[in-house]
Amino acid sequence: MLACESLHHEYLSGGKQLTVLKDITFQLEAGGFLAIIGPSGSGKTTLLGLLAGLDRPTAGRVVLDGVDLGPLDEDARARFRRQRVGFVFQSFQLIPTLTARENVQVPLELAGSNDAGPRADELLHRVGLSERSHHYPSQLSGGEQQRVAVARAFSTRPRILFADEPTGNLDAANGAIVIETMTALNVEYGTTLVLVTHEPDLAALARRTIRLADGAVVSDTGR
Amino acid sequence: MTSAGFVRRLAWRQAHAARRRLMLLTASVVAGVGALVAVNSFTRNLTVAVAEQAKDLLGADLSLGSRSPTDDIKPARRLLDSLRRVGGGAVHVASSASFAAMAYHPSSGGARLVQVRTVDPGWPYYGTMTTSPARIWSGLQAGGVIVDPSLLTAIGAKVGDTLGLGEGRFRILGTVINVPGDVGLQMAFGARVFISTTSLPGTKLLAFGSRAQYETFIQLPPTIDAQAVARANGGVLRAERISVHTIADDRDNLTRGLIRLGNYLGLVALAALLLGGLGVASAVHVFIRQQLDSIAVLRCLGATSGQIFAANLLQALAMGLLGSVLGALLGVGLQQLMPHVVHDFLPLNVRVLPSPHAILVGIGSGLWTATVFALLPLLGVRTAPPLATLRRATDPVRARWDRLRVAAVLVLIASVVGLATLQVGSLVHGVAFAVGSGSALFVLWLTSLALIRSARRWTPESWPYLLRQGLANLHRPANQTITVVLALGFGAFILTTLFTAQQNLLRTIRVEDVAARPNLVLFDIQTEQQPVIDSVLTAEHLQRAEYTAIVPMRIRELKGQALADLLAKDTVGHRRGERGGAGGPPSWTLRREFRSTYRGDKGPGERVTVGHWFGSGAHGSGKSASDPVEISVEADLAKDLGVGIGDPITWDVQGVPVYSRITSLREVNWARFEPNFFVVFAPGALDHAPQSWVTMVRAPDAMVRGRVQREVAEHAANVTAIDLGEIQHAIESVVDRIVMAIRFMALFSLITGTIVLIGAIATSRWQRIREGTLLRTLGATRGQVLTILCTEYAALGLAASIVASILAGGAGWALARWIFNVHFVLPLASMATLAVGLVALTTTVGLWNSLEVLNKPPLEVLRAE
Ligand SMILES: Nc1ncnc2c1ncn2[C@@H]1O[C@H](COP(=O)(O)OP(=O)(O)OP(=O)(O)O)[C@@H](O)[C@H]1O
Ligand SMILES: [Mg+2]
Repeated sequence: MLACESLHHEYLSGGKQLTVLKDITFQLEAGGFLAIIGPSGSGKTTLLGLLAGLDRPTAGRVVLDGVDLGPLDEDARARFRRQRVGFVFQSFQLIPTLTARENVQVPLELAGSNDAGPRADELLHRVGLSERSHHYPSQLSGGEQQRVAVARAFSTRPRILFADEPTGNLDAANGAIVIETMTALNVEYGTTLVLVTHEPDLAALARRTIRLADGAVVSDTGR
Repeated sequence: MTSAGFVRRLAWRQAHAARRRLMLLTASVVAGVGALVAVNSFTRNLTVAVAEQAKDLLGADLSLGSRSPTDDIKPARRLLDSLRRVGGGAVHVASSASFAAMAYHPSSGGARLVQVRTVDPGWPYYGTMTTSPARIWSGLQAGGVIVDPSLLTAIGAKVGDTLGLGEGRFRILGTVINVPGDVGLQMAFGARVFISTTSLPGTKLLAFGSRAQYETFIQLPPTIDAQAVARANGGVLRAERISVHTIADDRDNLTRGLIRLGNYLGLVALAALLLGGLGVASAVHVFIRQQLDSIAVLRCLGATSGQIFAANLLQALAMGLLGSVLGALLGVGLQQLMPHVVHDFLPLNVRVLPSPHAILVGIGSGLWTATVFALLPLLGVRTAPPLATLRRATDPVRARWDRLRVAAVLVLIASVVGLATLQVGSLVHGVAFAVGSGSALFVLWLTSLALIRSARRWTPESWPYLLRQGLANLHRPANQTITVVLALGFGAFILTTLFTAQQNLLRTIRVEDVAARPNLVLFDIQTEQQPVIDSVLTAEHLQRAEYTAIVPMRIRELKGQALADLLAKDTVGHRRGERGGAGGPPSWTLRREFRSTYRGDKGPGERVTVGHWFGSGAHGSGKSASDPVEISVEADLAKDLGVGIGDPITWDVQGVPVYSRITSLREVNWARFEPNFFVVFAPGALDHAPQSWVTMVRAPDAMVRGRVQREVAEHAANVTAIDLGEIQHAIESVVDRIVMAIRFMALFSLITGTIVLIGAIATSRWQRIREGTLLRTLGATRGQVLTILCTEYAALGLAASIVASILAGGAGWALARWIFNVHFVLPLASMATLAVGLVALTTTVGLWNSLEVLNKPPLEVLRAE
């Protein structure tokens, strides 16, 4: 489902080269659940971005759902994401000027779906927010916003879902609800999950755990 | 830490962090202040030049102008005699006649229509003729000519050659470089040729019916006040159709005209400055929005809202001052270019000097505008809640109407009225300007509300998503609809108004398509010269139009009332176009010379509006009041004279009375080249009156026209052949200058408008970029993101420019009606072009502003807080 080969990534900052990822290679089967953990600054977010095709690696290859992301241009990757990839971010990243329902509709609308409305309602119901569908993000609590984000991530029934510290900004109770929803949908749709987290409890839920330190894989368990 | 010190430091630190945004504020006022300073400063230069050079412009203390030799007119002769009696030898008199004639160069065969001016020794009394070689002016009196350099090139002659004028032969002494009082534009109507009065008879020019302008220049000793002489004799002289000029009158008229022109151009500059004010308001608004977080933190830490308000006001003031000073510098720079614009119109040598007064007024206006426009959004910081530290509201802080806000709005309105009044020097016009701009802004504001509403209500669900998303941006929270529609719409309003005014002014000047029109007119043909002209034309294979008779005449009696009685009614108005007392006809219409014709057929540019064209049968002999000849009168003239069908008019044709009766009124298309007439007589009555003839031909090119002119000059010296191609050229050069002046002002509005647009769009810049990046993460292609943005900006641009066009149509109509007094036509095509251009501009600026969306890797979203 997801494979990467000798990924290297460097940032140029202040004229100096900063190597953030070194020689990362692993594979993940379809329907799997991977947790990426490691100390702050170890390169987790960077790795997630590369795996999802949001950025290009300095060297190395990413194959996602059988497609090599390397040769695809920016728009081709966008179309690919639209069809097969979902995202949940630490800071929710809802479009502030759209209501909850409209936010969930966006990926469907972009893909030209004609049942975006009913599908959004259904998903909002799944995350327990039917009552709030016409509220703007600023009118929702952090936990509620993240549940909307989860609903949005699953709206196109993606083959794979990337989540970067989805509970990082939430309290334990809200975090639990979000994780439950995510895992339930993972099972229901057979979606592959890639999760970056700091929290050991959360990592423990995953079937596989990769630990990064200083941009390199230091352990890979549950393979 | 003192409060003032804290405020100052805070102002500095915040400003430092938000330099880019504040530069928009500065830039908004630069162009407006620049235009204001340039226009006002240059107007001062002009008035100074007029004051200094008025004496040279006239060349004498007093001048009398007339259509026949001034000395032949009794009151003029009486005046000159009495002046000589009082002043003795200290009174000097010089006469001059100006007329058009053909000049030719016998050795090369070149010929050209020129303006001949005869001069007496001593003239000009003030100012000097600059000639090349120098000091040849007095040599004129010994016989010889001094000509415009352009004539020499045109006919291939050089100094020392012989020049033919009528039957006279003259040696070319040299060329004129500068004639005080003459403008460059005059040369377009023929090169100037100066000869002495004494050599005029030898040319045999100025035959009967030739048109010439006579002038008598008088130099007075200090003991005689020219102004008093003019005042005492003006009435009598003007009644005899003699115009009277004095240095002081000419100076005052010219100064008044220039100041008025400067004031109105300055008003356009002020409009650009107000537009900049909108830019200031939106820049401050964005600035405050971005500062809300830090303001909230500062308030949590204990800064008072007064301190924060003061710190922000200080920044606005400083940036406004910076912008105004930069604008003033720009204005002083631009002022250097302005002499080129007016060069051909004004007989002045203008010294371009920055006017401290104009600069101070410019900087003051800029600073004041920046301050009052910054005030409204700044008042928002007082109500910024410390709570914003915890949760950023998407909805902008709702403006609550309190006393301070109302006061700020009142100050704003008063400022606009004040600045406009100051600029145009009239409270009525100042208020009119404020009301005009205020209503335009109000209508635009309503438009933006309507746009928001209709985007929310009426976007059909069936439209493609990208379109719906773009339109939805118009009404979503934190939308930019109001700011952009106001800023763009007001800018578009100013621009479109300028262009509408320009088109309407030019339409009255511009001559229609000339492809198949006659382009050579032959005037002043004596009856016995017709065969000569015909043979010249036949030799060139040219087909002439029918000869048209021209009979000069004046009004003797109107509806049974003698001219003198009618003029007596005219108690106040002596100036051109002014109405006589008791609503009588304008005196100039009564006194003017009418060059009428007689013919059986209507001309091609004529249309009878009332009554009937002369039928077959007898039309009256005109020899007595009981047997009047039928005439047709141009409709506007009939209105001026207050006459209609059936009214009698008695004419004075070279001393012989001709009785007439109006049987039709006509509309005349004066823009046509065919000779047009105010009054057309039925054939018969004037057949034997003293008359000259005019005809026209279409010659294929300038070469042929030149040859015809030359032949005519040789064989019928007094006949004037006017090359309309050259006149067309002269008219076009006038039009070009006007267009240039208007474009110049429009440019400032466009620059300011674009800056303000950028500022207005910046309100939502951050938001749009964030959204765009997020959309791309979720799988939108760049094309899709672009489409959404394009839809939004195109919709904004379209709404703003359509409404602005409608408003500008209204403003253009009002200007045409009340300021320019011209008939108004809506220039739909150019307005549409302008609107399309503005939509394109908005979309471009909008996209350019959010270009980052396309370049930023979507990964940024993961890192963004
Ligand atoms: N645009 C950039 N330019 C330069 N350096 C960058 C850039 N983005 C990230 N880095 C650096 O790359 C390294 C890895 O960053 P990354 O965000 O992947 O870490 P992380 O493991 O996600 O940390 P955290 O747990 O704090 O989110 C960090 O040292 C960071 O400073
Ligand atoms: Mg991270």
